[in-house]
Amino acid sequence: MSIASDAATRPIGLHLSRETQQLAYRLLAVALLCLALSIATEAFFTANNILNVLRQASLLFFLASGLTLVILTGGLDLSVGANIGLSACFAATVIKATGSPALGTLTGLATGLAIGICNGLMVAKLRIPSFIATYGMLWVLHGITYYYMAGETIHGFPPGFRQIGSGYFLGVPIPVYLMLAFLLAGTIFAQRTIWGQQIYAIGANPVAARLTGIPVDRRLILVYAFSGAMAGVASIVFLARLNSAEGDIGEAMTLPAIAAALIGGASLFGGVGSVFGTFIGALILTLVLNGMNLLAVNANWQPLVTGLIVILAVWFDMVGRRRT
Amino acid sequence: MSALMAIKPDFDTTSPPPATAEATPLFELRGISKTFPGVKALDDVSFALWPGEVHMLLGENGAGKSSLMKVLCGAYQADAGEYFHEGEKVEIRTPADARKLGIAVIFQEFSLVPYLDVAQNIFLGREFPSRIPGLVDRKRLYREAQAVLDLIGLDIDPRTKVHALGVAQQQMVEIGKALSQNARILVMDEPTAALSDRETERLFEVMRQLQAKGVAIVYISHRMAEVFALGDRITVLRDGKLVGRARPGQTTPDELVRMMVGRTVDMSYPRNFAETPGEIALEVRGLSSKNGIRDIDLTVRAGEIVGLCGLVGSGRSEVARAIFGADEVTAGEISIFGKPRRGGPDAATMAGVGLIPESRKTEGLALIRTVADNLAVAGLPKLFPNKLFSPTQARRSAEELIKRLRIATPSPNQSVALLSGGNQQKVVIGKWLAAGTRLFIFDEPTRGIDVGAKAEIFALIDQLVADGAAVLMISSEQAEIVHVCDRAYVMRGKRIVGELSRSELSEENIVRMGMHHD
Repeated sequence: MSIASDAATRPIGLHLSRETQQLAYRLLAVALLCLALSIATEAFFTANNILNVLRQASLLFFLASGLTLVILTGGLDLSVGANIGLSACFAATVIKATGSPALGTLTGLATGLAIGICNGLMVAKLRIPSFIATYGMLWVLHGITYYYMAGETIHGFPPGFRQIGSGYFLGVPIPVYLMLAFLLAGTIFAQRTIWGQQIYAIGANPVAARLTGIPVDRRLILVYAFSGAMAGVASIVFLARLNSAEGDIGEAMTLPAIAAALIGGASLFGGVGSVFGTFIGALILTLVLNGMNLLAVNANWQPLVTGLIVILAVWFDMVGRRRT
Repeated sequence: MSALMAIKPDFDTTSPPPATAEATPLFELRGISKTFPGVKALDDVSFALWPGEVHMLLGENGAGKSSLMKVLCGAYQADAGEYFHEGEKVEIRTPADARKLGIAVIFQEFSLVPYLDVAQNIFLGREFPSRIPGLVDRKRLYREAQAVLDLIGLDIDPRTKVHALGVAQQQMVEIGKALSQNARILVMDEPTAALSDRETERLFEVMRQLQAKGVAIVYISHRMAEVFALGDRITVLRDGKLVGRARPGQTTPDELVRMMVGRTVDMSYPRNFAETPGEIALEVRGLSSKNGIRDIDLTVRAGEIVGLCGLVGSGRSEVARAIFGADEVTAGEISIFGKPRRGGPDAATMAGVGLIPESRKTEGLALIRTVADNLAVAGLPKLFPNKLFSPTQARRSAEELIKRLRIATPSPNQSVALLSGGNQQKVVIGKWLAAGTRLFIFDEPTRGIDVGAKAEIFALIDQLVADGAAVLMISSEQAEIVHVCDRAYVMRGKRIVGELSRSELSEENIVRMGMHHD
């Protein structure tokens, strides 16, 4: 009843949807950042630097895009960084053993996917809260990776494989093409398929989603599988770029990926966010860190700035929500 | 309703209310106005409360009842108006001001902390200090809590955690909490909405004891029977304005409804009974589920509305959930249009079953999403068989449903949370229409919906069956079952104890069958 009467008190009118507004503000933020950095440093607005920013953003985006779908359902996947580690190590082993980058890539993707499916099964079937299931998975994966690698490093891959991470096509880094492809695919999946719609519905109200006939368990397994597979993709690109695999290769990636999704407008309560928003989030985060580098700000400040941006972005959305 | 009738003899509404016995009211609001951007929520409302009276506050959803309550308890600040406490002018700027004046509000959403026990909840923030600073005198806490429970006649251990209590008991704890704060004015928002008849009766007893102690009660209700059985005086709000005052002995339900809606509303239930029902839509044989229902047999045919009645807790919703696949079936068979039903709610939905759950906000709708989103969500596989979603097509389908169901919303892109209860219910029905549902299970379809919208919902249900759908309808309002259903099953203690044909359907028969005879 309180909701109904509050409704009567709200002004009603045609306006851009909240999501569109939020995206517009974020694009504006990107533009302002670019403008400010162009004025502040000469090094920023150069083709080299812009492409560098995009390439850095791409790795973050691979992880964050899969994570975004998980967050849309109201869950979280903390295992993506550890997933990269194991997937990269397995992929590296297979490339070394067979000499086939294709087989290695498949191994990396399959490892990522398998881990994602395990997460999905734990969340959907065993009903373990995603935060805990994937946090446990993080430790399990670290354990397997460390045992498997035993402190060793695998390095030196065929040049053809390394192209995936450091090659160019028409002057643009290959990972950037991959990012745009996954941005398009992810956006179509989330916005233009019934599965995407169902994922939003699950995040908005899981109980109602189930009682509306949405196969909630299957969709949950799907999003965790997707998140795992995207970690697999990231592991391959990362491996190709670094040209070496170590046990702790992805450890530092999980929290920035979550940050990118949050900066991009995804809500940890579920049902709010978009793959495109996360793309913008990854871009903002990368731009800021890039700008700090160019301005020769001590790198130790980077985590602090990341934290502030996350808090600011979420607070900004909350204020906007209260006003509408 | 029987509970209401039962208490009537010692509750004489024709004698003069206490209002006439005292010169000054306990509390008075004069000329209260409150404007929100675009809407005048309260417009010059004046309202007096005398000690020991039950003051009924009526009005459709959005009429201003909630706003008035929130002003009274200090949650909102009025733009204009004055408050008088026992004749003296006072200010209410914060909830603390209201508490000091002895005003306590019991909202439909409780404010109890689930993982604290009853005593801790009652004295939350007012724990008794022990001799050792910083510690709580637990002995005294539980002793005092027991005294409060005795006062309201609630027979539970004050050490029980609140989450383990039923809704009715939680409500009683809220009342106990208010009383322990020396509340002299108790505001209750549809307190019986979630209570069984027996619990309702218990609540009314407590209310009468409070009245005798001089507590004034403001009571918001959508149930006419309660209004006439309990009320000393009645105030009706519409569009933020006070549109009528009445005494139960001097008015009729029809008159009150006219005041509430500002027009004449047909209180009857629109229903065109068909002569011959169609094929069997739902057949249940020997059904038992994990939620406790036992050995359920029932049949619903196309073109029929079949009632499922009984007390709250008799297992009605559990039957609905088992049929819909939401609860695990342990024995028995369910067939939908002749085919055995297996799997969960997704399979049931595909088979043409739709559940309109009791709690529409938590189980029926995604409140943060738009009307169009909610209307499309059940029908996605049917609307988009190639799995590709088109927002344009979804919007078109939503617009059609909005027109067909006459959903009052400025746009399909409006957030569904902003709709009134009746319109939200139409959205829940609409989502099943989009899914091509042919067997509708309604669980309390009119709960929390105002009078005008109720008739519309029933007209809609009638239209559904006229179009060949089958309906199983759960309701605690026996009048609804009697007027709307072709037949009804009565449940007691998780079993079906009888079936009433159209000619046997009466409130007395339902109550007689549904009551416990131990």
